[in-house]
Amino acid sequence: MKDIISINEMSKTEILEILELAKEISKISDEKKLEILKGKIIATLFFEASTRTKMSFESAAYRLGANILQLPPLEFSSIKKGESFSDTIKMVESYSDLIVIRNPLDGSAKLASDISNKPVINAGDGSNQHPSQTLLDLYTILEEKGTLDNLSIAFVGDLKYGRTVHSLMKALSFFKTKIYFVAPESLQIPNYLLYDLEKNNIEYTLINDFSEILSEIDVMYMTRIQKERFPDLEEYEKVRGIYNINKENILGKCKDDMIILHPLPRVDEISTNLDETKHAKYFKQASNGIPIRQAMLIRVLNKIDKLKELK
Amino acid sequence: MSKELQIKALKNGIVIDHIPTDKLFSIVELLNLKEYQENIIIATNLKSSLLGKKALIKIEEKELKEKELGEISLLTPNVTINIIKNYEVIKKIKLEIPEEIIAIIKCPNSKCISNYENIDSKYIKEEDKYRCYYCERKILLNEIEFKNI
Repeated sequence: MKDIISINEMSKTEILEILELAKEISKISDEKKLEILKGKIIATLFFEASTRTKMSFESAAYRLGANILQLPPLEFSSIKKGESFSDTIKMVESYSDLIVIRNPLDGSAKLASDISNKPVINAGDGSNQHPSQTLLDLYTILEEKGTLDNLSIAFVGDLKYGRTVHSLMKALSFFKTKIYFVAPESLQIPNYLLYDLEKNNIEYTLINDFSEILSEIDVMYMTRIQKERFPDLEEYEKVRGIYNINKENILGKCKDDMIILHPLPRVDEISTNLDETKHAKYFKQASNGIPIRQAMLIRVLNKIDKLKELK
Repeated sequence: MSKELQIKALKNGIVIDHIPTDKLFSIVELLNLKEYQENIIIATNLKSSLLGKKALIKIEEKELKEKELGEISLLTPNVTINIIKNYEVIKKIKLEIPEEIIAIIKCPNSKCISNYENIDSKYIKEEDKYRCYYCERKILLNEIEFKNI
């Protein structure tokens, strides 16, 4: 595996291998971890805003002993002068050992991986894929529920534009899951994404009210209504704030061990009064970004043997 | 005039036959025939045992490039192309839906990188759909938008 671009290009075995690798990394001391990617330069090319993904990729890399090369703020870079995406990648390839990329255009990471001889990791391409988020979502579910099979999962919110949902539902099609898509009609999951579920005989239901299925689900995956992805702001105003979960509409109405996940940032879809409850796992999920992203870096840089040596 | 005579009337060139009548002018546009300077004969509403009615286009001194064959196969996969040399049909091409489509389709996803960078669009056949190699969007054959129509 030279690159990690899309969950669609990964097999079930490759996915499970990364989850296992993340678990192994968690067992190694901080001091020993610094040896794994010592001397490597990792370029983080973020062409659009990111807090968690960028910081956790960089933190993951620093903690493995690698150095980070960042894209300058766009107003100071050659992109502002009109440099093409392809030229930027060719240049950065020669400066680094690995490129981590986020870009607002769909398919940008795939193009970068075709251009670059160095490995490329997709940190989000438009509304298409976000594989590191998917892997950490799976890792959190696996850690919390002990399995990825026979679970009932509800995706709630922006299912049309939400790339985290698109990536995760593809990965879940490898496992025996039952999926509920909870969204208003204008933000429901696009049909073209349901083909894979049908092909893999995954049971799914489209609804718009989560209270109908709250007592049945094991995982509730909340998402933010993403204002920045709406071509028309009037459409955004129609659905803004449509879902809000809080102590009052969740506690006592769901399974005792149901977990709530969210790729973050949240706006108003999860009330802070849920944060201290046993169901809230979204901050744990965000912290799982470190071992998962470390596993991805180690995997594409072929340093698994180094990891084994240190154990 | 029999079909045989119609074809033989052309000295060198191609005959695109068994065109569904509603696709005739799309092919004219696809091949940019309004700019073409040699003889072109276009016939439509001809009787066809296969289609009921069909159209055909004869184009003098024309050779189809692979890209054009690919485009026609996506637009009307069941046409037949006869290649004529010295009034004789020297080859009949039966088109098939291609496994890969390169540089023909304009990706309908307005945020696909193939619509911004100077690269060829690329689609991979997956069962009855095509998947964009870059943005992974899947489209049905009848949803295809050609770059030059």
